[in-house]
Amino acid sequence: MIDTLVIPLLKIVIVLNATLVSVTYMVLLERKVIAWAQSRLGPMRVGPYGILQPVADAVKLMIKEDITPVRADRWVFTIAPIISMVPALIVYAVIPFGPEVKLFGRQVTLYITDINVGLLYIVSVASVGVYGIILAGYASNSKYPLLASLRASAQLISYEVAVTLTLVSVIMMAGSLSMVSIVRAQQSSHMWYAFVQPLAFLIFFIGGLAETNRAPFDLPEAEQELTGGFHTEYSGMRFALFFLAEYANMIVVSSVATTLFLGGWLRPFPNVAFLSFLDFIPSWTWFLVKSFVFLYIFIWVRATLPRYRYDQLMRLGWKVLIPLAIANLVVTGIIKVMLL
Amino acid sequence: MDTPVIHHGAMFDTNELVLNMGPQHPSTHGVLRVVLRLDGEKVVDADVVIGYLHRGIEKLSENRNWTQIILLTDRMDYVAAATNNVGYCETVEKLMSLEVPRRARYVRTILCELQRIASHCLWVGTHAMDIGAMTVFLYAFRERELILDLFEEMCGARLTYNSMRIGGLPLDIPPGWDKKVLEFCTIMATKIDEYEELLTHNRIWLERTKGIGVIDGPAAVALGLSGPPLRGSGVPRDVRKDEPYAAYDEMEFDVPIGTAGDTYDRYLVRLEEFRQSLRVIRQATEGIPEGPIVGKVPRLIKPPAGETYHAIESPKGELGYFIVSDGKSTNPYRFRVRPPSFCNLQGLRTLIKGHLVADVVALIGSLDVVLGEVDR
Repeated sequence: MIDTLVIPLLKIVIVLNATLVSVTYMVLLERKVIAWAQSRLGPMRVGPYGILQPVADAVKLMIKEDITPVRADRWVFTIAPIISMVPALIVYAVIPFGPEVKLFGRQVTLYITDINVGLLYIVSVASVGVYGIILAGYASNSKYPLLASLRASAQLISYEVAVTLTLVSVIMMAGSLSMVSIVRAQQSSHMWYAFVQPLAFLIFFIGGLAETNRAPFDLPEAEQELTGGFHTEYSGMRFALFFLAEYANMIVVSSVATTLFLGGWLRPFPNVAFLSFLDFIPSWTWFLVKSFVFLYIFIWVRATLPRYRYDQLMRLGWKVLIPLAIANLVVTGIIKVMLL
Repeated sequence: MDTPVIHHGAMFDTNELVLNMGPQHPSTHGVLRVVLRLDGEKVVDADVVIGYLHRGIEKLSENRNWTQIILLTDRMDYVAAATNNVGYCETVEKLMSLEVPRRARYVRTILCELQRIASHCLWVGTHAMDIGAMTVFLYAFRERELILDLFEEMCGARLTYNSMRIGGLPLDIPPGWDKKVLEFCTIMATKIDEYEELLTHNRIWLERTKGIGVIDGPAAVALGLSGPPLRGSGVPRDVRKDEPYAAYDEMEFDVPIGTAGDTYDRYLVRLEEFRQSLRVIRQATEGIPEGPIVGKVPRLIKPPAGETYHAIESPKGELGYFIVSDGKSTNPYRFRVRPPSFCNLQGLRTLIKGHLVADVVALIGSLDVVLGEVDR
């Protein structure tokens, strides 16, 4: 009873809440880091150094009037933000934050579940999120959101191809689709896959930027061209859902990248006994630190680079990243066969 | 503009999309309205609609006395108010054949060039932000702030300076101001490199600006472009060199020109102008002569009957004033401005045809228009 119901439910509650809190703080972090990059302070008013800013933001968004445009498709308009938020959250079901640990005399796994098609689950669930954007653009019945959602769908679908191809090469290395097994495989092969598969890692990172609509690929919400993109007509909490979904997706991409390429919860050099004094640090800390590095780079890139144009983005995706990913896949396959 | 075209196909009919950009749009820099006719994301045709900021400055000026007009000229190109003042005062001085003391001419030169840097700072920031690089925007505004501080010390205002008088200056420069200007020059020189580091060799920046909105020299002349958009197309026209005013005949500086006539070349031209402006400011500040700041100006300004046209090189291009005096009244009979932004905006329709929506904002930024000056 406890093992089958209580503990999984507890884990779900904890992960869900931790995600939502980290998403709101991610927004603050982004504002702070970009502010530092631009030689200013960022939010400073709410709480010391602005650390309570997310609370103020949440309150503001919740009490804001929620407008549905008269000519909008009411049903789709309401469902769209939900469709984009939910997939971003349920992906966390298979992300391993750590191995098994002993907690209050019980063996507890630091992941909600470990299904044998974990990676496939992530890829398929994450791609549902794009429907939210397309439907939002369509339902708004307005030209700017429509243009933006067309851009978004084209962009997400084409980068999905490149990203998925890099995932295949990781699967070939690990021989498993389960997220936990992929981490274990990195331990037994004495190497993070970022070093074995540097190209795949790079393509995954670029594709990850594009799939989360982040700079320099933030065309669907290009404020300067499309006045806010697909969520132009949204306000209040419904807008907030889109906003949070973007940040939740960023955390998903960094978690997946950490798991697949940076050895997940493993400490640096997991098999070197000489460094075993590091073992007192709990495994999930390593996971969080690695994910944080990723998130930081996401923000850093946004503060530095200009934005691609739509056609250049497609060219980069189809003419550069996808061929490279396929080549990487082929080379991985050949080496794998030759070595075995 | 005519109605959208419907293309009849074998299975589906496709329709051109009319997209209204502005007057309230984050990238049209004020209240410019562009009606775009799109085929997918490609611009088939564009209609530029202006007039949302029309305040009737020209007509107003015909009912104000000659000194009051200086204040109105501030409100035209409000990011380069000092240049407007200089242009107007020099036109009236030309009409009255007044001699301006050398010290005043030097200070005018310094103010004009500081203003050029301030205006270009605003341009580089907003242009980069339109293309998505938002950090440059805040960096550029940081340096613009220093210039505004200098202006505040000089004439008490930060945006609309009213900093000239017919025949000279209202106030002498404050003590120690010239040292601060030189200090600013040292700071600014390093900051320009900072902008360049972020943009000039950035691959995304190159892809977004190279080959966008290409216009060759003769076409640019035919459209009446002036300033950096004209020089970006390789036409070496600069009023400061060709018809020197203020103290430019005593200054040493180069006029940068581009070759390709695209957005990137216009960007490079303006960045080089930053450096040339610093050169001029250094020379003028170091060589500032002693002497009076106002020439022999009659108590009541009443130019003799006649008309004159005088142009100066504002940060945006050739800013000309055409003034007619009837010789009897204390206000102009006719007051007409040739604003560079208005003429440069003419080119927008030609430039954006065939480009994508994303390029429209890049091109508006690249022409560097100020709507206060377009509409007056």
